[in-house]
Amino acid sequence: MTSISEQFGREDWSRFSSKQKWQRFAIFAVCALAIAWSISSIEVVWAWVWDAPSQMGDLFERMYPPDATNLATILRVLWETVNIATFATAFAVLMSLPVAYLAAQNTTPNRATLWLGRLILVTSRSVNTIIWALLFVAIFGPGVVAGIIAIMFRSIGFIGKLLGEAIEEIDKRPVEALEATGASRFKVIAYAIVPQVMPTFWAVAILRWDINLRESTVLGLVGAGGIGIILQGAIDTFNWPEAATVLLAILVLVILGEVVSAFLRRRIL
Amino acid sequence: MLKITDLVKRYGSGDPVLKNLDLTIEGESVVSIIGSSGAGKSTLLRCINRLVEPTSGSIELNGTELTKLRGGNLRAARRKIGMVFQGFNLVDRLTVMENVQSGRLGYISTWAAIMRRYPKEDIRRAYELMERVGIAQYANTRADQLSGGERQRVGVVRALMQDPEILLADEPTASLDPKTSEQIMGLLRDLAGELKLPVLINIHNVTEAKEYTDRIVGMRYGRIIFDDKPASLDQEAMDSIYSGSPHADRSEDLKAAS
Repeated sequence: MTSISEQFGREDWSRFSSKQKWQRFAIFAVCALAIAWSISSIEVVWAWVWDAPSQMGDLFERMYPPDATNLATILRVLWETVNIATFATAFAVLMSLPVAYLAAQNTTPNRATLWLGRLILVTSRSVNTIIWALLFVAIFGPGVVAGIIAIMFRSIGFIGKLLGEAIEEIDKRPVEALEATGASRFKVIAYAIVPQVMPTFWAVAILRWDINLRESTVLGLVGAGGIGIILQGAIDTFNWPEAATVLLAILVLVILGEVVSAFLRRRIL
Repeated sequence: MLKITDLVKRYGSGDPVLKNLDLTIEGESVVSIIGSSGAGKSTLLRCINRLVEPTSGSIELNGTELTKLRGGNLRAARRKIGMVFQGFNLVDRLTVMENVQSGRLGYISTWAAIMRRYPKEDIRRAYELMERVGIAQYANTRADQLSGGERQRVGVVRALMQDPEILLADEPTASLDPKTSEQIMGLLRDLAGELKLPVLINIHNVTEAKEYTDRIVGMRYGRIIFDDKPASLDQEAMDSIYSGSPHADRSEDLKAAS
């Protein structure tokens, strides 16, 4: 009669074999080397880095106290910024619906439309809003229109991608059931797919509005409308007190946007 | 009358799931199909309304050949075939009334469907049927708020709203507790009689099959090996339906072939 410990007499166990340990150590060493090499190759001017705290203090000194004489203009342009974000999100939501339909494997009519949908998503997503804005400022001239379209183009990819994934993850059984009733493709989508993706739809739209609010504040830097234009002007003219006011205004706006989107999320979802 | 002749279904290049199957359902009888998992019961049912595409053979419902239909003709034929599912397959986020009315989707316009403006006679019919199965009070409740038995009643009413010529039920009670399961089986039997509707039920529970249906079809690995009154289903027949494994059965086929 042998006891279990004799039968399976092992008291050594390790997660990795010694070969695996060496491999892991080698990967770690390579990563460390790569980081060291990249730091040495970017030519950091260390004097400026060590200088940073005193520069920061200096900047704050020049910004304080914030100058609120232009507050009326700043608030008006801030409102314009909110409008850019809101209109762009609304249009993007509408335009991303057909794209999501094409890009989801279970709804797309055929292979060609699937790739078309994916192409639109990738194109939209791989280009940053600022780059889109540069492009559309060149086309439409400086102003809100360029800003709205730039944000819209970037948002279509984001919303379309998440919505398309939501469509792919639905419960397929109701779809099967409604197909069995002899309903047309469109009615099956309206009754079995749309209700299932509605929560995601609202969540994504609200999240994107939140992101767009932030993005629209920097559009002015490339002339595409919004609060960024005033910020740029203040920095260019070394009007630091006004720049401080603009930054504070943006901060308040972003916090408000956060509050509003949290509220909407609670109410709708 | 449903007439299935020489039906074959093969997935990919493997062994057929249905092997030259013949089956005729006449009049308003309630027929149960029993057999172990993988016997092809579900595939057989889904071939009838073409949720699964048959490889070859013929399925005729009241004179209409179903296997060759395409597009609009297929949808028109599907309206006449109601189906009840094991997982109920309701749209959870819609109300019971919307789920019930989705059985009429093949009949109403797209605009009416999207705006939820259902014809008056459809609403009356829905209330009648919901009253009949005892879920009328839930018309405005979301489907995911209901218990399993209530959800399956919604599934049954949705299928009946289609005004079907035959009702298919794919293990309608497998997700339910024994008591609810018997209630649903009783309901299917009674409704079949009231609406003069043939019903074809896949079922694992042989006791329920014997009690609630007029005829039992026993399947084993793609073939019908028993087809008779419930009283004739003796131990020997049960053994032949349920014994063995798919693997053993296939090797027997191979031996017979060599």
